[in-house]
Amino acid sequence: MHELSIIASIVDTVTESLAPYKGARILEVRLRVGALASVVEDSLQFCYGIATEGTALQGSKLVVHALPVVMHCVPCDADVELEGVQSFRCPQCGEPCFDLRQGRELEIEAIEIDDMVEETA
Amino acid sequence: MTTRIVELRRGILKKNDELAAVLRERYAAGGVLVLNLVSSPGTGKTAFLEWTLTELRKRGARVAALVGDLETDNDARRLAASGAPVRQINTHGICHLDAEMIDKHLNGWELGSLDYLFIENVGNLVCPSSYDLGEAIRVVLLSVTEGEDKPLKYPTMFNSADAAVNTKMDPALPRGFDRELALKNINEIRPGIRIFETSVKSGLGLEEWLGYLEEKRAVL
Repeated sequence: MHELSIIASIVDTVTESLAPYKGARILEVRLRVGALASVVEDSLQFCYGIATEGTALQGSKLVVHALPVVMHCVPCDADVELEGVQSFRCPQCGEPCFDLRQGRELEIEAIEIDDMVEETA
Repeated sequence: MTTRIVELRRGILKKNDELAAVLRERYAAGGVLVLNLVSSPGTGKTAFLEWTLTELRKRGARVAALVGDLETDNDARRLAASGAPVRQINTHGICHLDAEMIDKHLNGWELGSLDYLFIENVGNLVCPSSYDLGEAIRVVLLSVTEGEDKPLKYPTMFNSADAAVNTKMDPALPRGFDRELALKNINEIRPGIRIFETSVKSGLGLEEWLGYLEEKRAVL
């Protein structure tokens, strides 16, 4: 359960990125979270309300874009999407896959702010 | 009201990742092989590490360890009996070690005077998987009493590991433990991973483990 630390990092990053938009209100924070990122959306949402209280993010919505695991399959010479994280085999040919191409992401994709203010930088 | 989308594309753990990259460079410059040991509580990380530190020292290697726990310095005291320098990191409730804690606790240690540095993480198979400590090798440990399906239950951790150690493989295995299935499950989550089947009681697999460490240290 390190979701609280994750939200604290989000608050820091988003607050820093607001510097050029003085007085802007944050409406939404959009994340990209891979299936191997070890975070659970429910826990993130639960912590979000608590950890953003009293910050510039208070009252904003957290949107989590979940990303499946993508592996490179050598025999198929293709990037293949796994259905889950219970087997790291190519869903097409059944061979084990060693090369992870997507799935560990844990990033802030974008924020949505109201546009009442002019960009100052 | 009009709204604006600001693209950020920032890693949430970027600060940790950046510091881990700095640590990785320091380890490389010092010529020290750094291993991050992760498992559930009770898997036997400390016993396995006690044996490893003692044995490597007998062979003339220069070793040290950092050990993470929420509270107490019990593990550090156990590991220090090996004669190696050991420091305890108490996280006071935090469920993982992060790069900043490592950086802080390395203060005053000359990395160039070490061959191996072991980091025993907080016993937890979830959160430590997200935090890069700059290690060269992440070792996940699994004991026979935990069940063969542990890799399937905690795929994020097993998939992020570079080596797996099955512990407590004593001659009298617990009834119902299916050794083949445990190996199959690890391979299903992390195909091709190097697996060591070990027992610090009987000595099973330990020579092979030391050989692996020496081999990895030699190619740094």
